[in-house]
Order: sequence, then structure tokens, then C-alpha cells
Amino acid sequence: MIEWKPGASLEALRCRAKLMAQLRDFFACRAVLEVDVPLLAKSTVTDLNIDSITASVGLADAFLQTSPEYFMKRLLAAGSGDIYSVGKAFRDAEIGRKHNPEFTLLEWYRCGWDDHQLMQEVVDLVALLIDDPHRSPAPVTKLTYYECFTNVMGFNPHRAELHQLRTIASQVASGDWFDQSRANCLDLIFSLRVEPAMPAGIVVVYDYPQCQAALAQISKDHNDDRVSRRFEVFLDGAEIGNGYLELTDPNEQIARFNEDIDGRNEVNRPSVHVDEKFVASLIHGLPACAGVALGVDRILMNILKAQTIDQVLTFAWPRC
Amino acid sequence: MANYSTNDFRSGLKVMLDGDPCSILENEFVKPGKGQAFNRVKLRNLKTARVLEKTFKSGDTLEGADVMDQDMQYLYTDGDFWYFMEPDTFEQHQATENAVGDALQWLSEQDVCVVTLYNGSPLSVVPPNHVELEIIETDPGLRGDTAQGGSKPAKLATGAVVKVPLFLDQGDVVKVDTRTGEYQGRVK
Repeated sequence: MIEWKPGASLEALRCRAKLMAQLRDFFACRAVLEVDVPLLAKSTVTDLNIDSITASVGLADAFLQTSPEYFMKRLLAAGSGDIYSVGKAFRDAEIGRKHNPEFTLLEWYRCGWDDHQLMQEVVDLVALLIDDPHRSPAPVTKLTYYECFTNVMGFNPHRAELHQLRTIASQVASGDWFDQSRANCLDLIFSLRVEPAMPAGIVVVYDYPQCQAALAQISKDHNDDRVSRRFEVFLDGAEIGNGYLELTDPNEQIARFNEDIDGRNEVNRPSVHVDEKFVASLIHGLPACAGVALGVDRILMNILKAQTIDQVLTFAWPRC
Repeated sequence: MANYSTNDFRSGLKVMLDGDPCSILENEFVKPGKGQAFNRVKLRNLKTARVLEKTFKSGDTLEGADVMDQDMQYLYTDGDFWYFMEPDTFEQHQATENAVGDALQWLSEQDVCVVTLYNGSPLSVVPPNHVELEIIETDPGLRGDTAQGGSKPAKLATGAVVKVPLFLDQGDVVKVDTRTGEYQGRVK
């Protein structure tokens, strides 16, 4: 028999509709402007670990956007002020219990804010969305990457030698991970050991390792280690979002793009070119800001206690 | 055999890992938002029956294992090997004591078992879930004692020892669940 029915129940459909209304109301009350940016573009991200889905427009290559980040930053550079976008994003080959190649991303930027101010707003929004009058409010924990890593693993992730990280990654992931980068080894240890030990509720982890800075600024922590001003948000142990005190220096940004491109070539991932319109907007000037992206489907999974993303999507990829 | 990538890994797929055939039990895709994708995979080593957990980079491949499960009738043993027959083709296979393993204590001639073949030879044998066997040795039965609670060991025709109620005697036939080794009831 052909499986034609949706994965989401009627309850899940209603829950999503209510959540979308709540978050639009949340931002309207705070005077953050909703923007609608393209999903289809001529360029895409250089991220080492994110592959875009390609399309063609006329005879030219095109890419489904993996997040609205570059278009939103171009709006910020053009003087939009505080903005948010809620819409689809696409990432190739991400299929699993908590992944679908097409998913709903909520992303917003606050001009003049730092990462800690934005973390508070994220906590306020998530607490509102998951609020259940029949249960006590979800506990909120805020801690550094150093703290949550050290609590479980017993050593400083920022100072550990690469060979030590590779040895430990190979133990926790039972395999040979001796050819892996510092960032990959840290991710393995974090995903397999640190995440499962996280407290329930909303957990915000900040001051990520410098090697995982992506588009965040770098600064020094209380141990005098160089860390990135990047944070991640977890809900009952599942990653739901990622934010930055945004990098505004175009030269540093171009250097990181080139590093990414070299990294992609080394591991034979599809080559991409730098989005020149985005770089031009940085050269013009991105205002000081903090930004964050949250996975809406993951939040719905938490509210509905769903075991798979299929239960909160009308038609997940296997049903499409 | 074909190669399978982590995207193809699903429960029941048979693959080669470190030279041994394994059956995939679970496959979970894990990817930190900005990090590298990997798969946490639970497998059963079909030679040792041990369950192990391995992490693979997404896109890594493993060679398929030439393993298949087949219903076969148990024929007899000559003491060195145990002989099974495919009911459709009448083709016979000889299994070592190692392959027969724990199934040994339950096997009666003509039982239909699931035999796992690896490269064409029996790797393991799963007996029928329920078997009916005669008690060949037990303490004398206490007539009329059908009260709940009491039990005693009884040796069955195939050599297995199971706990049975006190009222049963030598010569009685009992039904046993081979997965748990538990007495299910008296047959006659």
C-alpha cells in the first residue's frame, strides 16, 4: 500500500499553528520586524559541515539556502534595525530521527546587543513557547562550554592537546578518529558524553571553543583562554539553537571563508565560492549585533513529546 | 558483496565489521548544527552474539555480509556435526557444535529451526520458540499436589534441565519456551 498520509497528527498541526502565532506576537510586542528573505540564491555558505541542495535557474547554478543569515545580515547592513525571519531552510543529506533536509528555522538579530542579552531573550521565548499550565516551569541553566565539558570529562577543552582529544574521541566513539580535526573531536566528545549528561529544561552553553567560532567574535574567558562568543541552546538535552555575538570585521570574515574553502577541498566536499554580495555588505558595515537561529521543529518535538521529527512535520522527507 | 553507506544502514542489514558478520540493530544519525555528521550504530556480532556500539562518519561504508536466515529441518547428529535440511530443495547443511550453541539442548529430530548461513555454512541456529519434550529424569511426583509455588528440576529428553511443578513425573511431556527456558505446561 502506498503511504500517503501525513506524519503529524491534527494535534501537532494545531500546536504548530499556535506556536507560529505566539512567536510572531512575541516579536511584534518587542518591535522586531519580520522579514521574508529568499530561499533560492546564486551563492551559499562555505561551512565545512553543511552541504547545500543545488538547483538550477535558467542554466545557472542555484542553491537552496541553509539559513537566512546572509540575506538578513545584508538587510542589517542596509539599516533594517532589529529583524526576524521564520521560514524554511534546507541542508543536504541530513535525515534522521531529529533531522529533515527541509526544516523550519527561526532566526533573529538584535542591534547593539551582546550575546548574553540575546541569550536571555532566547530563554524568555523558549520558556513561553513550551509553557504548560499543568507543569512547573522548565528549569533554566546557563553555563560555559568549559564548565559543562569539564564537569563531565575532567579536563579543559580549550587547552587539551590535539592528540589527547583524538585519543579520547576514539575511545568514546569506539573507532579510529586519529585523522580528525580539533573541532570534530570536540563535537564527538560533546555529543556522546557531555550532551547526555545535561540537566533537563532549557540549557544555554556559551563561550564555545575558538576552533568552532563560525561567524562569532573571539574573546578571552576568565581562565584567559581564547573562546568564541558563540552559544548553543539545548532543550531537555537536544540542541535547538545556535547564536553569536556577530563577527563584523570583513577581513577576519574573508579569512574564515577561505579557511573553510581550503578545509572543504581537503576532505573533497563539494566546492563553493564565497558570497560576494554578502562580503560587500560587510565591507559597507554590519552594525554591532547579536543573532541566533532556533529549530522550530525541535521545539515542537519537545512540546509534543515526539520521538521523531516525522511526528511534527506534515510530510517529512520519506513521505515526500 | 555490495557496499552499504551509513545512509543505507537499517535494522536487519548484515554487514562485515573487523572480519566478522554483524547484523545492524539500530542506526542513529547525529549532527551538531555546525559540526560533522556521524552515525551511532548498534550491531550484533553474529559469531559471538555480542552487541557492540560503533560510531561512523556519515557516508562511511561497510561491505555487506553474505548472511541469510533460512528455515531448516533438524535431521540428526553424528556426534561431530548436526545436520539440517532445507525443506524446499532437500539440500543438507552440517553445523558445528559451536554454531548450534545453546540450541543444542532443545533440538529434537524434525524440529524446524532458523539457521543463519554465512558464506553458505551454518553460523548459528535458533530453535523453535516452543518445544514439547519428555521428562526423562526427575524426583517422583507427589500425586494430587497441584498447588502453586513448588517446583523441582527435571531433565528432558534432549538434555535440557527445566524447573517443573512438583506433580509431574518421568514420562510426562512438557511444553517449554526455548527463549527463556521456562516451563509452559503439561502436554499429556
